[in-house]
Amino acid sequence: MNDHPNPIASLVWTFGLMSLFAVGGASSAVPEMHRIAVDVQHWMTDKQFADMFAISQLSPGPNVLIVTLIGYSVAGVAGALAATVAMCGPTAILAYYVSRILQRSSQSRWPALIQAALVPLSIGLMAASALILARTSDQSWIAALITIVAAIFAFATRLNPFWMLLAGGLLGFAGVV
Amino acid sequence: MPPESPPVAVPAPDLPASTPPIHPSLLELFIAFAKMSLAGFGGVLMWARRGIVEQHRWMTADEFNETYALCHFLPGPNIVNLSFVFGSRFRGIAGGLAAFAGLVGPPMLIAIVLAAIYARFGEIDALRRTLEGVACAAVGLLIAVIFKMATPLVKRRDVVGLLVMLAVFVAIGLVRWPLQIVLLVAVPLSLAITIVTRRKVKA
Repeated sequence: MNDHPNPIASLVWTFGLMSLFAVGGASSAVPEMHRIAVDVQHWMTDKQFADMFAISQLSPGPNVLIVTLIGYSVAGVAGALAATVAMCGPTAILAYYVSRILQRSSQSRWPALIQAALVPLSIGLMAASALILARTSDQSWIAALITIVAAIFAFATRLNPFWMLLAGGLLGFAGVV
Repeated sequence: MPPESPPVAVPAPDLPASTPPIHPSLLELFIAFAKMSLAGFGGVLMWARRGIVEQHRWMTADEFNETYALCHFLPGPNIVNLSFVFGSRFRGIAGGLAAFAGLVGPPMLIAIVLAAIYARFGEIDALRRTLEGVACAAVGLLIAVIFKMATPLVKRRDVVGLLVMLAVFVAIGLVRWPLQIVLLVAVPLSLAITIVTRRKVKA
């Protein structure tokens, strides 16, 4: 482990900065989280990162929970709280002020324009997230098949995603993966 | 369908504009967002819409879409931004914090408990295998979201959008360049392209 003099400060700095660049939400920032947590800071291994993502999907709630889990594994409960607040705080404050400004000039066309420009970017970022996670998780044909089947079910049906996670977990438990 | 059912089958009409504004209290905000959050596996948006628009009727569908669009174009976790903006609209900063705490607090506790179990028992073989299976399915869910988001681009034959998407994918996913650098190039570029193409369409 690469012990940083103050892990909490390092978490706050990392995620506070990242939140301002997380175009399209927390899932888009997964490659950057992976780059920093695994390659730069050596907080965890590739495998642990994939596990954190799985646990974050297994918990109900917003996708930002993966940040909570990274924070926890670096510095316990205090790290979890610090990382989460750092990831949510700056942009929540930004959103608060921007929404107040826009309420005064409600016919502004900029939000729609910027959103249209950012959508392809955030899809590209999420696709990169999927690639990085799949590289670690899908080490066998069966594993890749589970991913593909889950993707098809989630795309084509309105089934609660929880059932697909459960099915994956049961197959893993049975030793199929 | 039995003959008496049609009135039920008619989709609920939008609320009349005369409905008096309902102002949720701090506790109501906290509880409402905690409920939405705890119901939401793999995304809270659907539940947030259901809770805010259909169940509590704190916003009309249009107001909700506008607020969500705003929170989506700003960086950061969208639904977190939404909770703060929404809560603060009714009860100021305290309302924003109450909604935020409801959204993030309870699931955070669950995630921390799961993480503690992982840290303590993560080496046990059965647990590791189970989590491996969950991880495979979780990636599948993410892929499904990507395809859902990309479908409109494909339908519109938005070649430029798809190229931008591909370029970002390669730069971040394959080359592994840092996010900031890629965005500093890609955001202005994509914005310029969008403005130019919209002008062309109008002309």
